[in-house]
Amino acid sequence: MSRINDVGGMAGFPAIAEEPDEPPFHADWEAHVFALNGALIKRGVYNLDEFRDAIERMPPEEYLAASYYERWFTAITTLLAEKGVASPGELDVPRG
Amino acid sequence: MSADHTSSVISARVRHVEALLEGRGLLDEGEIDGRIDEFLAGGSPANGARITARAWVDPGFRERLLADANTAIREVGLSMAGGLQEQRLKVVANTAEEHNVVVCTLCSCYPIALLGPSPGWYKSEAYRSRVVRDPRGVLREFGLELPERTRISVWDASAESRYMVVPRRPEGTEDLSEEQLAALVTRKGLIGTAAV
Repeated sequence: MSRINDVGGMAGFPAIAEEPDEPPFHADWEAHVFALNGALIKRGVYNLDEFRDAIERMPPEEYLAASYYERWFTAITTLLAEKGVASPGELDVPRG
Repeated sequence: MSADHTSSVISARVRHVEALLEGRGLLDEGEIDGRIDEFLAGGSPANGARITARAWVDPGFRERLLADANTAIREVGLSMAGGLQEQRLKVVANTAEEHNVVVCTLCSCYPIALLGPSPGWYKSEAYRSRVVRDPRGVLREFGLELPERTRISVWDASAESRYMVVPRRPEGTEDLSEEQLAALVTRKGLIGTAAV
């Protein structure tokens, strides 16, 4: 069964929006998420295929609602928990 | 929830996870900033433009490029091995009969080493879903009207394979130097959503 990321040929998406003078990242945290993923793959915490898989198995409604780098961060935290690096609770910001 | 609020929530979570990983010895201090700087200083469409200009002026290079791009781009000092893993590169050239356009329907695979960070539209569901179904219509939205007789090939990138388009050399550019030719080439031209 195909997953929600397999959108090729799917109908119902809007017109393509181009952003003039688009920056590589729209916020600092996006750049941090990008770099964090590279660092964890380089250290062998997980590999690139596991990372992609963690994005692609997001529940469809979450996948579609998330921005590009929000998906990345979801995948990173999913894998950190699954690999036993940290518990899901530890990955959340403590409530002050 | 406003976009600003969402951004500050996720921003705090990212900082928290970074600190946690630093504490567990999985991240060095300054590593993230170093990686961001390296990425931003790395690939840019100027690399793809340089390859294109060389292919325009040197038919032998063009032939080698289309046959085995990974090897050929080393001739201009570029490589697909700089990222997390070496990626196979296939370069496809536009002609009067055929126009090529690249997508990654499954995610966002893209030759970052040659083109730099990808544009948001390339990663959007709108582009990924539609360009394989109606490439001519999508290209028209980008302002690229192709003659009916021009065949369109859509190349779907994958985890191991990346694609780059060599646009057609514009007419009237016979007197330009290789460097001047490279300056004509745009990121969209190298993806296939613009003529050059």
